[in-house]
Amino acid sequence: MKHIISALVQNEPGVLARVAGMFAARAFNIDSLAVGRTDNPKLSRMTIVVIGDDRMVEQVRKQLAKIISVVKVQDYAGQNLVARDLMLITIAAPAEKRPEIFALIEMFNAKVVDIGPKFVMVEVVGPEIKIEAFIEACQPYGIKSVVRTGTIAMPRHPKLKSQQ
Amino acid sequence: MSNDQTSAGSPAPKPLRKPGSQIIVDTLVELGVDTMFGYLGGVVLPLFDKLYDAPINFIIPRHEQGGCHMADAYARATGKVGVVVATSGPGATNLVTGIANAMMDSVPIVCLTGQVRTDLIGNDAFQEADITGITRPITKHNCIVKNVKDLARTIREAFHIASTGRPGPVLIDIPVDVAVSMCEVTVAPEKVHLQGYRLKPHGHAKQIAIAANAINNAKRPVLYVGGGIISSGASAELRQFAEKANVPVTTTLLAMGVFDQTKPGSLNMLGMHGAAYANFAVQEADLLIAIGARFEDRVTGKITTFAKNAKIIHVDIDPSSISKNITVDIPIVGDAKRILKELTDAIEHRERIEWCARIAELKQKYPLAYDRNATTIKPQYVIEELAHQTNGDAIICTGVGQHQMWAAQFYSYKRPRQFITSGGLGTMGFGLPAAIGAQIACPDQTVIDIDGDSSLNMTMNELATAVQYKLPVKICLINNGFMGMVRQWQELFYNKRYSCSFLENPDFATVARAYGAVGITVDKKEDVPAAIKKMLAETGTCLVDFRVEPEENVWPMVPAGKSINEMDGIDIFQSMA
Repeated sequence: MKHIISALVQNEPGVLARVAGMFAARAFNIDSLAVGRTDNPKLSRMTIVVIGDDRMVEQVRKQLAKIISVVKVQDYAGQNLVARDLMLITIAAPAEKRPEIFALIEMFNAKVVDIGPKFVMVEVVGPEIKIEAFIEACQPYGIKSVVRTGTIAMPRHPKLKSQQ
Repeated sequence: MSNDQTSAGSPAPKPLRKPGSQIIVDTLVELGVDTMFGYLGGVVLPLFDKLYDAPINFIIPRHEQGGCHMADAYARATGKVGVVVATSGPGATNLVTGIANAMMDSVPIVCLTGQVRTDLIGNDAFQEADITGITRPITKHNCIVKNVKDLARTIREAFHIASTGRPGPVLIDIPVDVAVSMCEVTVAPEKVHLQGYRLKPHGHAKQIAIAANAINNAKRPVLYVGGGIISSGASAELRQFAEKANVPVTTTLLAMGVFDQTKPGSLNMLGMHGAAYANFAVQEADLLIAIGARFEDRVTGKITTFAKNAKIIHVDIDPSSISKNITVDIPIVGDAKRILKELTDAIEHRERIEWCARIAELKQKYPLAYDRNATTIKPQYVIEELAHQTNGDAIICTGVGQHQMWAAQFYSYKRPRQFITSGGLGTMGFGLPAAIGAQIACPDQTVIDIDGDSSLNMTMNELATAVQYKLPVKICLINNGFMGMVRQWQELFYNKRYSCSFLENPDFATVARAYGAVGITVDKKEDVPAAIKKMLAETGTCLVDFRVEPEENVWPMVPAGKSINEMDGIDIFQSMA
């Protein structure tokens, strides 16, 4: 099962190596990892997606918490989340295919961010499933390159949950 | 420099300014350090210059690994933080085995390594090694100090991290320019505050109540305790608990002595080479109370059948130890001492007459034994005789292998911190430097390194250290001329094909004498008691080379992958008993 784990870490040199090294040393697999500063410049947040059974993920959580530079760890499993990936994708787009491709882009609520004589670069934001679906939809046209951030996530406020 | 200008321009009295190296020494002294181990080198020269006048007893090993093991054993013998210093590059990398050893056995040590100048880092400078990168997975925490202002705080934090919670090694890497740059010093040290390091010594009250209830209802409970009891200083609480509830106690290798082994409730060690009665008791138990132990594979054998009839309570200060190797029924995160006290208050007294009788029966039926009538020198006999002549009071250090297991099995330990051995990492060569560290820590006690020939060969240069500091360390060498434990495995599992397990040894007694120690060789059984007597009477370093039966095996043995009740060798020593 896929778990999204959020780790608040001290923004200091080597912290990424500590976390990544722990995963490697204990044979845990990282599906994706996204890191960035928070509103507090001393802290960064890592969002780590791991695949494993509950027992393994519990170990991941505990081993992360054990790292001194890691301030807080949360496993978002079972929570109502907003989870997003960002992707930049360059697709082969000869003039005759462009109407189709642009329709696709619109359908996915994606955005053209660069355009050339043969290619378009598209920005796609959304849950991972949407990103995957967009990649699949683009396959027939020819994908030149793909860059993805990995998932970032934030739990919804409990109030919003009841309002849904 | 801007710092100079500001202080020169201010009318206030000149603040106290010190170089980084002096700050290191002063902070160590402030933290109560009076003994250090370590080896000199280029980039640590500023530090050593300040150590010259410091009220610190500084011990120089012959190799940084030895120094690290000494600091480790010093910490194990005293409960204080061991401190080791090494220079950059090879000095630092030589610490690696020692650090990993301390990490696996949760020993509080602080390693200070020199580093090349900050502006040279990353340039492949002379004697540069990325030691924080190298030791990241084998330290509880490590860091490099790039600003002299952070030095004192970092050292205080290192001591706090190393010695609290589940203890472990912390490494601080200090570039030489940081050690020589000047810094204003504030008089009052600020309190250590680490945002990402919170201790949880209090057990969850509800979990303790559930555990107490399970203990009250258990018919056949067993306590399985590890090194956490020593770290927590909980052996008195353990005894009170075990006596009130009448629960027999088996210990891991690291916890030997936390429960007096001469008591009827002691089940000695469990696991691969544990006492058969301990392993049987665990398999018959209906409740296993694990405290400060981590269900390591050498303890559990086949994990799916370990304590298969028992509900498991697991108390540990490290949450990640719980449900790592085995899923437990009642987890309690917290400090062993505190939780044992609370559990003792919460439980009811029980006699458990039937279970105690069963334990007595198992102990009587499956004693640890060997062929006492042999004409050759049996290694077990040497250790039994040693135990007899020291009245079971000596501090015993060991290398790793057969001799280590016999030292665990045939010396009866009475108190914590009496048996100092490399458990988790299984570091051959630990014995002699460990004995030196323990003897420095406990100058008035008899410290004996029960060592193997192959283990001793790895760190034998430390004989020079023992002699230089006039330490009365005793080396009781169980010399079988083999890498004994691997030979045993080759005999049992590889058809006696002794591939590369035979090493030609020097004459150890001659070597000892060359170093300035006393060296004795014993090759007749009848000479053993007199040699031990002579060794114990020596006031200086003394090595006795016991030429023991070369192909003696350690029994019982749970072959790798088997359940712990499926032991080989029980029949062999039952016939010898």
